[in-house]
Amino acid sequence: MPPGQYVTTDFPVLSAGPTPRVQLDGWSFTIEGAVDSPVSWSWSDFQSLPPETVTVDIHCVTKWTKLDTVWTGVSVDTLLDGVETQGAFVTAFSDGGYTTNLPLADVTGGKAWIAYAYGGEPLEPEHGGPARLLVPHLYFWKSAKWVRGLELRATDKPGFWENYGYNNYGDPWREQRYAGD
Amino acid sequence: MLDGNAIAGLLFEVFGRETTTDTGRCAACGNVAPVAELAVYLGPGTVVRCRRCDNVLMAFVPIRGIVCVDLGGLAALEHDETPFRFDVS
Amino acid sequence: MVSLVDETAQTKSIVLDVPEWIPHRAGQHVDVRLTAEDGYQAQRSYSIASAPEDARLELTVERLDDGEVSPYLAGELREGDELELRGPIGGYFVWEEAFGGPLVLLAGGSGVVPLRAMLRHHQAAGSTVPVSLLYSARTFDDVIYRDELMTLATVDGIEIAFTLTRVQPEGWQGYRRRIDRELLAEIAGPATDAPLVYVCGPTAFVETAATELVALGHRPERIRTERFGPS
Repeated sequence: MPPGQYVTTDFPVLSAGPTPRVQLDGWSFTIEGAVDSPVSWSWSDFQSLPPETVTVDIHCVTKWTKLDTVWTGVSVDTLLDGVETQGAFVTAFSDGGYTTNLPLADVTGGKAWIAYAYGGEPLEPEHGGPARLLVPHLYFWKSAKWVRGLELRATDKPGFWENYGYNNYGDPWREQRYAGD
Repeated sequence: MLDGNAIAGLLFEVFGRETTTDTGRCAACGNVAPVAELAVYLGPGTVVRCRRCDNVLMAFVPIRGIVCVDLGGLAALEHDETPFRFDVS
Repeated sequence: MVSLVDETAQTKSIVLDVPEWIPHRAGQHVDVRLTAEDGYQAQRSYSIASAPEDARLELTVERLDDGEVSPYLAGELREGDELELRGPIGGYFVWEEAFGGPLVLLAGGSGVVPLRAMLRHHQAAGSTVPVSLLYSARTFDDVIYRDELMTLATVDGIEIAFTLTRVQPEGWQGYRRRIDRELLAEIAGPATDAPLVYVCGPTAFVETAATELVALGHRPERIRTERFGPS
């Protein structure tokens, strides 16, 4: 268990804004920014990509940890396969305007997914459905709900909570909750 | 989800007085509403949004025991002894 | 914490002895901070379910799976446990006897909690303004404070109506639909009566009620709202 965390059996819902209601036939996921050419998938394209199911612990900066959560989604490595980029940083962007930033190295090498199912069921809107970013090795505010794409960048750009004083990186094992930790 | 009524305690802590009866004006769209009726979201921090345009009016983020306050989205916050509302939509 | 009362399958009332409590106003909140055995802390604001005249403070908590505090309060709390409270707080969604009326209370689900505080205060203060309460719930089993409300319904000057939106008991004579303009017109009376209206419940319920009341001619300044729960 990361320091300062407490185990919960519930799944608290935290948010920064209203839950978007998205029609799947209008949904797309895009990789853009510092890339040779942007790539985009519709919902049906996305469903044809090879899925992975993973069991991971998740850690919220508000101190609750949920063990052994089961997610199904597409690995970010699959999405970045064939994408040529000059960027070392990623900004995940979502419906409703939420953003969060991560080093590219933290969403590759089997560390991140775009998840569309939780516990074997389609991901509910209040938990980020139709799809959210899943990056379990960092505090869960980095796992952007309602994600619509990744912008690859040469420079790091703090996202929504990072701008308000949360840690730019967010490693729960070093208890990096706030800027300066 | 929630409205300003749910954060009356937090607002008292920050402003030092009852604030839900104040009226706030959105800097983005100009909508005026009592603070009690603004849209409130609870995350790691507390985010208060305009109900008409979703602009973030206020954010309260607890950092190491201090509440950091961002009021950048508010054009005005008026304290009125006789509160009233402008808009029901 | 003095006692726990099961109100419905999903809700519990918590009766508290609070040292040095300042009498609150009906409709106000109290902020509750809980510290679990393992040290976990979380905080939430709850409407006070009791009237200022009641001997003890009462809160009614609905157990929500996605809550940080309610699973503990509605599930784990035991008599003799202690809670940290801050308050009373809130100056907007309050009614006191001096405000007059007529008084119209519109409750969506657990939104009935602060409205019950207002009803109790109305009775305890000997107010003579007419009161109408409309309580929208999914089924009769979901109605909180059922016995108390049925008793209050027999008092002269108090009208209580339920609308059960999903399942109704056999022989049900009351409303059986979500609130709409016609239903609200029947409950609130003519706009010329200029009632004070308090609406509390999920966002969609509150927005519908407020919009339709204004369409019926009620002045926005005489409508107060409180939204909680899923929209």
